[in-house]
Amino acid sequence: MIIKNQYIAGLANKGQRDDSRRLDEFREIRIEVNPIANAEGSARVCIGKTDVIVGVKLSVGEPFPDKPDEGVLISNAELSPMAHPEFEPGPPSEAAIELARVVDRGIRESHAIDVKKLCMKAGEKVWMVNIDTQVMNHDGNLIDASSLAATVALRNVQMPRYDEKTEKIDIEKKTGALPLKDSPIAVTIYKIGSKLVVDPTYAEEQASTARLTVSTTEDRQIAALQKGGIEPLSLDEIRECFRLSMEKGKEIRKLI
Amino acid sequence: MKRADGRSAGELRPITIKAGVIPNANGSAMVAMGKTIAVAAVYGPRYLHPRFKQKYEKALLNTVYMMVPFSTSERVRPGPSRRSHEICKVTREALENVVCLEEYPKAVIDVYINIIQANAGTRTAGINAASVALADAGISMKDLVASAAAGKIGDEYVLDLAGKEEEETDCDVPVAYVPGQDKISLLQMDGKLPPEDVEKVIRTAIEGCKQIYEKQKEALRERWVQK
Repeated sequence: MIIKNQYIAGLANKGQRDDSRRLDEFREIRIEVNPIANAEGSARVCIGKTDVIVGVKLSVGEPFPDKPDEGVLISNAELSPMAHPEFEPGPPSEAAIELARVVDRGIRESHAIDVKKLCMKAGEKVWMVNIDTQVMNHDGNLIDASSLAATVALRNVQMPRYDEKTEKIDIEKKTGALPLKDSPIAVTIYKIGSKLVVDPTYAEEQASTARLTVSTTEDRQIAALQKGGIEPLSLDEIRECFRLSMEKGKEIRKLI
Repeated sequence: MKRADGRSAGELRPITIKAGVIPNANGSAMVAMGKTIAVAAVYGPRYLHPRFKQKYEKALLNTVYMMVPFSTSERVRPGPSRRSHEICKVTREALENVVCLEEYPKAVIDVYINIIQANAGTRTAGINAASVALADAGISMKDLVASAAAGKIGDEYVLDLAGKEEEETDCDVPVAYVPGQDKISLLQMDGKLPPEDVEKVIRTAIEGCKQIYEKQKEALRERWVQK
């Protein structure tokens, strides 16, 4: 493992990768829209061998007391033991919690969902948007794959009908799209050796010493940041991460 | 610009750091940043159970961040939350690089951070306290880590957000800074801002970290250098 990490870092220092990609090149991204019939909106995103499904389910509930006229966004991520030998069953791991929270942050802070329009009765009843990420196969870069799947799933939500009398949701009756204001794209830049790299495979992720996730909006603003990994980054590297993620975000946005 | 508590934009809250506050711990520190108070205690390096968690090449750094139930106006439910799990992780990653873990193979170094009073910036106060506590425990370190948050309110870049400022700011950016390397070991952001402005917010936070770094060293001198 240490030898493999050194090999990957050595390649990166020379500007090369094991699968002969450029350092700033993504693997092939495939997007499948609404693969899950029972979800109000869903998307499956494959980046190389990484495979993630996000399903959006709507429910009706009470708003938070400090935001009585806003719908609620709830995100969760499941690193299923099916997806990688390292993943174990049981309560969500630190990695799963971070994944869910980073996906959530990009959507929340970009104001992608117009939460004011999800209010039915202020202080009492609002739509709750549940974003659930299910990792099917893990070969690196789960944050970008999950964020992209979440954005695509939200764009394809068909709101179900809510019956005030019976207080039930009928997902067979569609009432239109979810009110959206933006489509954030998260791009994570990894540091491997002395170089900045995008879209690592699992093996490359193991060799990386730091990462910075940058969520960008349609109007080219940054909507969320999350650094991971133990190596500190210089301000110059962080600036380069901003530039790279802006550029890659623009490319990925063309796919949705 | 005058802020709600009378500070200027680039001014930290009054900060007090004291090393050696928990007699039982190998090292400890209390950091008060305005009304936010964090206490950190370090136990170890000590034997790591269960053994399969041991690493043959270095010690395990275990950071536990917790807000005590009475720390906020609305009671915090005891026990870990999703938020605290994430903060444990980013705190560990912010500190891990400066601690010479390779000197203590197979051991664990436990760092317990309790927020006893919260008024914004608890993770940064926690990192400041943890960093001093590790040094106080006599653990080999390359440097201290200093941490502060910054944001942007109107046209002003403001350092060390407090109280209601967290709601007014366009963004909240906690930063941890390793002064000896001039590098950033924790960076998160909530909010929405163009990249050039984000960079200015980060620079503002770094200036705050540099001042905190001096206070951290002062606290350690106060405890360990004979007058």
